[in-house]
Amino acid sequence: MHRVYFDNSATTPVLPEVFEAMRPYFSEHFGNASSIHHHGQETRAAVDRARESVALLLRCRPAEVVFTSGGTEADNLAIFGIAGPGDHVVTSTVEHHAVLNACKHLEEIGCEVTYLPVDARGLVDPDDVKRSLRPSTMLISVMMANNETGVLQPVEEIGKMAAEADVYFHTDAVQAAGKVAIDVQAIACDLLSISGHKLHAPQGVGALYIRKGTALEPMLYGGRHERSRRAGTENVPGIVGLGKAAELARGKLGGGDGLELMRDRLERLLQHINASGVNGAGAPRVPQTSSMYFDGLDGESLVIALDLKGLAVSTGAACSSGAIEPSHVLTAMGMSSDRARASIRFSLGQQNTMEEVEFAAGLVGEAVARLRELSPTAVVGRKLSYEPRATSFE
Amino acid sequence: MKQQTIAVAMSGGVDSSTVAAMLRADGNDVIGLTMQLWNQRRLEGREGMPESVQGRCCSLDDVYDARRVAETIGIPYYVVNHEERFEREVVRPFVEDYLSGRTPIPCSLCNNHLKFDQLLIVARQIGADTLATGHYARVEFDEARERWLLKRPTDLAKDQTYFLFGLTQEQLSRTIFPLGGMTKPEVRDLARKLGLALAEKPDSQEICFVPGGDYKRFLDAYLAEQGEALPDTSGELVTSSGHVVGEHSGIHNFTVGQRKGLGVATGSPLYVIQIQGDTRQVVVGSNEELYIRTLHARRVNLIAVDEIAEPMRVTVKIRHRHEGAPAMLERCDEDGLRVTFDEPQRAVTPGQAAVFYDGDVVVGGGWIS
Repeated sequence: MHRVYFDNSATTPVLPEVFEAMRPYFSEHFGNASSIHHHGQETRAAVDRARESVALLLRCRPAEVVFTSGGTEADNLAIFGIAGPGDHVVTSTVEHHAVLNACKHLEEIGCEVTYLPVDARGLVDPDDVKRSLRPSTMLISVMMANNETGVLQPVEEIGKMAAEADVYFHTDAVQAAGKVAIDVQAIACDLLSISGHKLHAPQGVGALYIRKGTALEPMLYGGRHERSRRAGTENVPGIVGLGKAAELARGKLGGGDGLELMRDRLERLLQHINASGVNGAGAPRVPQTSSMYFDGLDGESLVIALDLKGLAVSTGAACSSGAIEPSHVLTAMGMSSDRARASIRFSLGQQNTMEEVEFAAGLVGEAVARLRELSPTAVVGRKLSYEPRATSFE
Repeated sequence: MKQQTIAVAMSGGVDSSTVAAMLRADGNDVIGLTMQLWNQRRLEGREGMPESVQGRCCSLDDVYDARRVAETIGIPYYVVNHEERFEREVVRPFVEDYLSGRTPIPCSLCNNHLKFDQLLIVARQIGADTLATGHYARVEFDEARERWLLKRPTDLAKDQTYFLFGLTQEQLSRTIFPLGGMTKPEVRDLARKLGLALAEKPDSQEICFVPGGDYKRFLDAYLAEQGEALPDTSGELVTSSGHVVGEHSGIHNFTVGQRKGLGVATGSPLYVIQIQGDTRQVVVGSNEELYIRTLHARRVNLIAVDEIAEPMRVTVKIRHRHEGAPAMLERCDEDGLRVTFDEPQRAVTPGQAAVFYDGDVVVGGGWIS
């Protein structure tokens, strides 16, 4: 079957150049980066080069980059590294679960957390951030780009406010890194999370930017890796992959890969379908993500129907069993739960082509028509006809 | 046999796994679907609820088993979430039935409102012509009557037609039960031959959302979670002649035919004869008083016939494990049918279903009122 992958916000394929860069660090250069000898020095140098590359992507100093096992660990390290019992934390209702559930846990251990609403476009109002600040506010955590809609939050304004109030500011940039330019000075953030596999590095590696001078408690206790901020032997092949992916991403920023053109074409084609639309359309967005609703159907069935035809897209956040719950992001934008359930996410990657966009739009049009014809509301009141079946399994 | 696209409702058990594997082996395009209906950890720890019902659908273990089978036999597999509808159509009515003095059967509600409704819709939406399940029952088209018939399976010990009486002609026309002609040991043999690792997995018996079958604890935990107080349904224990013999702490603690836990000491054994939701009285009496000759079935679904115009001789099952008793079936009003047994039947229980059979054929069924 011809398969098209439009779920690059879930994960991306490792680029061949990235894979090649990683390859020597499994069997050939296998040393522990903490070892004194030659083998250790080889991998230490590779880790340092990767750190420099990530620092260039984020416009920070290499010493401010701590490698983690991924975006979730980076978010958790930022949040639990800063906030503790008695503190007040400000976040938004549309964060990824890596932040949202970390904040829920903060509440259980004696923190107060303010969850800021978003408007119909999915945007946090920076004035709301300002109004929510208290003397006990220790941390603001607002994402840079939303994973479901791609909406870009006004992080520079929030960062300015945080700096004026002398409150730590963390931003989850997992869905922004590699898609839009990131400058930690311009954002004025103290902490920023990225994840390797969202930008064509492998799964299982990520990084947290920690501004120099930030008092951060580690979560893992062990050796003095990563300047004692993240104990544990480095995932050298993964880190090398992240470094290479960051280098390649730097070269692509600014629209060189045509993602925005493809995304806009997809949206134009799909908006010809009745009762459809783009979620968060009025807000600035990353160039490769499109969350769209198709009223009168269940997005979960649409995702399955499309997968069976060869198009991989997604809906909402997946829970542990693989079943889908209504999107907290779309409902926070004031969308009815019916429309939230009728929404799916397309996320393009640099490996996609305009031909795939045309192919996908055709499949979606057919699938939406079939689903609507067979939706429960359409079945009610329909005159039933019984056609005898030839087959039997007796 | 013509190859079709068939969706299989997979629970992670032997039966539905075997169905998926055999349909696949026959060359059909098979799509595995598991319904996520209830979060097994949702009430964990409330009112002493254990972690989850083991070995039942919707536990992560069972989704894992179903997914592994799908991977082994090489079919696409998806979990679809119907938790909201399950709570509305099955769990809520289950709770309300108990609080009104009835003894509910959630499996029938689930079949009517979830498996053969929502899941069938999803199956058709994603391109399947037919839904297959691991139920032990048979469905076939009767040319003479021009109706789809639901029939008892070969393995009468596993007969699940009692839970399927609510299926409409539309639903039956799109459903197959590939195990209807097999016995359970044959199914396990086939599972082994098809290389399914779970061929020896034990059968599940209990209600999927009630751990250990302890429905009283479930009611407590669910109502506590909902922030609702368990309503006071305490009242009097009375004899059938109206003589008050004691007090009880709530009608949901009783089911018709129950002997233990009445808290009344008399010379002869006492049984629950009737539970009166409106007066909250629990009527107790002798074993003989448990026998009733007529019942009324409401919200009737007819399968083999489109109407009961004339009184009809049938065999009626009044609970899943009831062997069935001969009776006369007739229309008593627009909504209901009257069942008059040849011999009085013990413990006719409101909330359970009365399912009417003509030999192997399910004529229809309704809810005992």
